Amino acid sequence: MTLSRSPKLGERVPAPFGRRLCRVTRNLESGGYRIFSAVDPAGPEPAAGQFYMLAAERGWGGDSGRPYLARAFSVADAARADGGLRLDFLVQAVGPGTSRLAGLEAGEGLWIHGPLGRPFSEPARVSEAAAGAILVGGGIGVAPLAIWRRQLLAAGIPSRVLLGFRDRENSGGLDLFDCSEIRLASEDGHTGHRGYVTDLLGVLLEGDDAGSAAVYACGPPAMLEAVRVMCSERGVSCELAMEAPMACGFGACFGCAIPQARGGYMRLCVDGPVVRGDEIETALVKGSGH
Amino acid sequence: MATINGGSSASRPGPPVAEAGLAVEFCGIELRHPVINGSGTFDAIAARRAFGDALLDQFPFSAFVSKTITPEPRVGNPPPRLWETPSGLINSIGLPNKGLAGFLEHDLPQLAELPVPLIVSVMATSQDQFAELVEGVASREEVAALELNVSCPNVESGLIVGESPEEARSLLRRLRPLTTKPLIVKLTPNIADPLPVAAAAEEGGADAVSLINTLRAAALAPGSSESWLGGGTGGLSGAAVRSVALAQIRAVAAAVELPVIAMGGISSGREAAELTAAGARIVAIGTESFRDPAAGSRIAAELAGELARNPG
Repeated sequence: MTLSRSPKLGERVPAPFGRRLCRVTRNLESGGYRIFSAVDPAGPEPAAGQFYMLAAERGWGGDSGRPYLARAFSVADAARADGGLRLDFLVQAVGPGTSRLAGLEAGEGLWIHGPLGRPFSEPARVSEAAAGAILVGGGIGVAPLAIWRRQLLAAGIPSRVLLGFRDRENSGGLDLFDCSEIRLASEDGHTGHRGYVTDLLGVLLEGDDAGSAAVYACGPPAMLEAVRVMCSERGVSCELAMEAPMACGFGACFGCAIPQARGGYMRLCVDGPVVRGDEIETALVKGSGH
Repeated sequence: MATINGGSSASRPGPPVAEAGLAVEFCGIELRHPVINGSGTFDAIAARRAFGDALLDQFPFSAFVSKTITPEPRVGNPPPRLWETPSGLINSIGLPNKGLAGFLEHDLPQLAELPVPLIVSVMATSQDQFAELVEGVASREEVAALELNVSCPNVESGLIVGESPEEARSLLRRLRPLTTKPLIVKLTPNIADPLPVAAAAEEGGADAVSLINTLRAAALAPGSSESWLGGGTGGLSGAAVRSVALAQIRAVAAAVELPVIAMGGISSGREAAELTAAGARIVAIGTESFRDPAAGSRIAAELAGELARNPG
């Protein structure tokens, strides 16, 4: 097997043109979510924060005619495997597309195109004294932080992981993280700190070294907005992995527009999905989080 | 923004064998197969950022139709802009574009590097502004043809050009003397009968018509009587509109002598063949490219198979 070059940390990886049929290899329960994996026969290793457009080969557009479009998913991890590159995705069944993907069985076909979009970027200041990377995840949004955690570790960059969940049903994905250093929060108190993950972030940002931290966040819009404001007030750099309704993933449909701080809109699929906190006015984008 | 690296199209690989025999002439332009894109459904500049040079080597369309250009820049509609329907998609994008000057300076040089002829879509709200666009775009040698997006009101009359035969005829008579390049009129389906407008475009001197544009559609926010779409209403596309497209394309192709560009929910070579059998000269792909970025190439190859099985 030939190993393709690993991406440089934080470098956007271009996708092969067109979609590819992958084979689903597993679908595991992970708390209230599912982690499914498929082997990409021809794609490059993605950068953390990039995403794929996914559609089941069969049963896409079932009795009701939905799902019709492919669905955008951040990649949760990627590793060389027999026949190509194993891609892991985290899913919670909330609508017709996510329900179909959550029900994928080993051996089924999965159409993908990707990796797409702008990834997380390397922390600007990395030194022994620096606070390093702080990864803040909420709910299903923990997915891209898992691969980012692994890629940062491989690059020798220290990172701390803070994950928050609403309740037991709306939690999962911890299987994607192979570290015992995760700090947890839950709104119902079923695990970790009772409250918001941003409470944990607030404590870390009180430290003397907070100014040299780099915060990376993915989660529901309200969480992202809280992270953005906290970091902005403290002068800490932050990057947010966002979502918006998206039909194509490669800049064709102009559907995933969000307002940008300098006026006008950016397309999250090509100008994001990872954006710097100072590039947007707010993370509370109407239509996201659905 | 990165520019598309130069290099002549001669250095690019030739068309796949499956496309053999598909070459078609359209308004004097030689196309290597009859599948192009619908305006506003493929941004070749953004796609190059996503796919790199592979996009140029495997460009899926035999001609590229730009997103609609307006005289002044537009930022587009506030989000949300999309809503998935059964077998379809409602969009309310609002024609974001850099305006004529921004297009000519920033986008045209990059689009000119594509290995296929370029068709530029333009839209304005008065005949004078339309004339300004046509003169500004048609004078550029990189441009092979123009498509007139007439799904907008003429602010002077208040009438939507694409819904009024008189407006359409008058606009074409104004624009026709400005260029010898092909003028394609994009017809709207949001009208009881598209034939009078198609006939008026022909009388006014159009070289071709394209149809259908999206069908006017709405979506409500869940549990609400408010529109989901930031722009209020939108346009429906995808497989859901295919039968409507077939009816209008068949009727228009029978009624006018002009070549017809057929679009509306095409997702396979068989569906493309159905529309060529209904009288279309070439077809355009829109929403299917969202699902499969290389859909244009796939559909062209499938169309070759269809035509081999059912020649003529």
